[in-house]
Amino acid sequence: MTGYILRRILYAIPILIGVNVLTFVLFFVVNTPDDMARLHLGERHVTEQAINKWKSERGYDKPLIWNAAAEGLDKARETIFFINSAKLFLFEFGQSDSGRDISYDISQRMWPSLAITLPVFVVGLLLTITFALIVAFFRGTYIDTWAIVMCVGMMSISGLFYIIGGQYLIGKLLRLVPISGFDSGLEGMKFILLPVLVGIIGGLGGGVRWYRTIFLEEINKDYVRTARAKGLSERAVLFVHVLRNAMIPILTGVVVVLPTLFMGSLITEAFFGIPGLGSYTIEAIQSQDFAIVRAMVFLGSFLYIIGLLLTDLSYTLVDPRVRLE
Amino acid sequence: MQLVLLTTDLLFLMLMTMAGVYVWYAHRHEHLCAPWREVRRNKMGMSAAVVLAMFLLVGTLDSIHFHPKNRVTDGATANSEYSAEVLSVFDALATRMRTQVEKTYSAPFAIRAFSKETIELDNGKTTRDYPRLKYAGAHLEAVGDRHSDIAKKILVGIGLGILGWGALVAAISFGLSLATGGDGSGDGSGGVGTTFSRMMSDNSDTPWRVILSTLAIVALLVGIVCSVSPYYHVLGTDKVGIDVLYQTLKSIRTGLIIGTLTTLVMLPFALIFGITAGYFKGWVDDVIQYLYTTLSSIPSILLIAAAALILEVYMSRNAESFSSLVARADLRLLALCVILGITSWTGLCRLLRGEALKLREIAFVESARAFGVSHFSIIARHMIPNVMHIVMISIVLDFSGLVLAEAVLSYINIGVDPTMESWGNMINSARLELAREPMVWWSLLAAFIFMFVLVLAANIFADAVRDAFDPRLRVVHAH
Repeated sequence: MTGYILRRILYAIPILIGVNVLTFVLFFVVNTPDDMARLHLGERHVTEQAINKWKSERGYDKPLIWNAAAEGLDKARETIFFINSAKLFLFEFGQSDSGRDISYDISQRMWPSLAITLPVFVVGLLLTITFALIVAFFRGTYIDTWAIVMCVGMMSISGLFYIIGGQYLIGKLLRLVPISGFDSGLEGMKFILLPVLVGIIGGLGGGVRWYRTIFLEEINKDYVRTARAKGLSERAVLFVHVLRNAMIPILTGVVVVLPTLFMGSLITEAFFGIPGLGSYTIEAIQSQDFAIVRAMVFLGSFLYIIGLLLTDLSYTLVDPRVRLE
Repeated sequence: MQLVLLTTDLLFLMLMTMAGVYVWYAHRHEHLCAPWREVRRNKMGMSAAVVLAMFLLVGTLDSIHFHPKNRVTDGATANSEYSAEVLSVFDALATRMRTQVEKTYSAPFAIRAFSKETIELDNGKTTRDYPRLKYAGAHLEAVGDRHSDIAKKILVGIGLGILGWGALVAAISFGLSLATGGDGSGDGSGGVGTTFSRMMSDNSDTPWRVILSTLAIVALLVGIVCSVSPYYHVLGTDKVGIDVLYQTLKSIRTGLIIGTLTTLVMLPFALIFGITAGYFKGWVDDVIQYLYTTLSSIPSILLIAAAALILEVYMSRNAESFSSLVARADLRLLALCVILGITSWTGLCRLLRGEALKLREIAFVESARAFGVSHFSIIARHMIPNVMHIVMISIVLDFSGLVLAEAVLSYINIGVDPTMESWGNMINSARLELAREPMVWWSLLAAFIFMFVLVLAANIFADAVRDAFDPRLRVVHAH
């Protein structure tokens, strides 16, 4: 089993390298530092000196991957690739184009993101599975049909509508919680409530329908028929046998997203003014700060790959068949 | 009139033609027909299909662009015969809606502006009041006539709708009676009247009653809009006074193009990579798996953002090479479809690889290999036709997600061009007015409702297609 885990970890390394090379090509080869400087300084009235100054301030004046002018190892080290891309592996994100320390910003803004995504994830998952089990219990009846109709309806509503509608109804009309903002500690609870609620409701329709399909697929298997034949009640069959076996497909979807919870949700954070990584990314995109976007691309893929690894690990824990392979 | 063919127009119309060719081809092959007959029996699915067809009609009309003829005004000679403006057939049909631009916000059916202004009275004094709108209700003599006038116009609209519906039903009945009468299998007479009563009696395979009822609702709405919209702003006007109904109808094309062209971009990647990976296995499989794992590990929104930033740089450097704003917006829309396509092929690719792995072990592929059929022909003749059901399901399933994604992307400014009508842009600009008291809600609601109807119809239709095409699910439903 250790061999299996080791193999999975080794497999993750070339993927990370691939991501790194891809972002390097996108941000420095397709889109040269000259272009970036022009975009920031304005297209028309910009002198060669201003561009060179902008580049040297950010270390973008070095050769891309091979510095022929330098000595020894510095030939490879004094390059944009080494300083701006390879160092991402060490989680040294460097400075943003506006001169702030990206690593510090990320470490600060990660927690507000988590304060939203974690409750949405946990409560949302529990609610979704519960509803899906209830719907699966009533399969083939009118309750099932109408639940599915409702799910499809909820899926068809734009996520932006849930946010704007929630802000209008709860924040403006009923004045229960502030419309947007953030605070740390217990004071922050009132700010978190609405985005969490909106996040859960927004994901409910699609979630319930998805898990219902998983449960229904499981219900038609032979072991369920055996359990029924032995005289177990439908409830025991569903909640003990089906739920436990449905854990395997559920895990695939769930464990992968766990690490990416750190990244926050872009739209929710932007609407509710939460100073998390999601709004950080949006601000970077809107101010065209390539350094931050690059760092977030790397961080996002890193977390996703961790998620894939965790999925494989959780399989070995839940499904003994994987361990034997 | 001088036709203008924008790139997205060309691709969209090409796609519609391809769909037409597919229908014609499927019609002549029993095995392709069977699942579609299943779809046709689905009541909800057919009702959704009618709604989708309406959206498609508007989108198609809006995809045929031309330069209108220049009007010679006051003896001033125009320097060319055609104006530089680019209009679509839909624009031409909705000329009054398009050209009746007010100063700023006005509520639905209002004849006065939304905010107070200083108005100069006849006697030289000024007062602050809500001014009358320039176009909406301009034909009214007294302000008090508004309600009765609107009611009258709506009644006329309902009449129009009923007439239109009647004409449609007659046309369909006539077409059907021709089809059934032609092969002699109809019950003797095969007249229009008997066909109609047979359709309404609902004992045929196709749920005609549902289809015709949906058509009736659509016809009524269209009738009312046709009769009222030249005189009032049915859904109000936006910040610069443009009719919101016009804007949201124009947005249909943007939504449809993103939903369909993206699939067109994604399909070749997914098909070629997925099937070759599953068919050849070995190192080809390893390389392709590595490729799609790497690509899918990057958060797609960031990849889209990165590509959009790069596009921005490219557009600002080559600003002079775009003939018009429309061409520029069009290129940006196309680029967005390409970007979305490149980031979204991995899911389908994985599915197809799995299916190809299964297929290659089945006897007919093995025997083809034993006969010495080339790899290319095996893939083209034996593999691809057998994964088409997966492709079909994923095309319709992805559509609604893409329409919703457009709104989100436009909100972060990495979606379509800000000058292009789209639901995302409408929501984005209306959002800033939410804090206003009283609220400007119509723009937002119009965008959400149209988006909801399109996505809901697409979702329901997708379900019908999936149920018909996926044999595995049919087993689940049988219980």
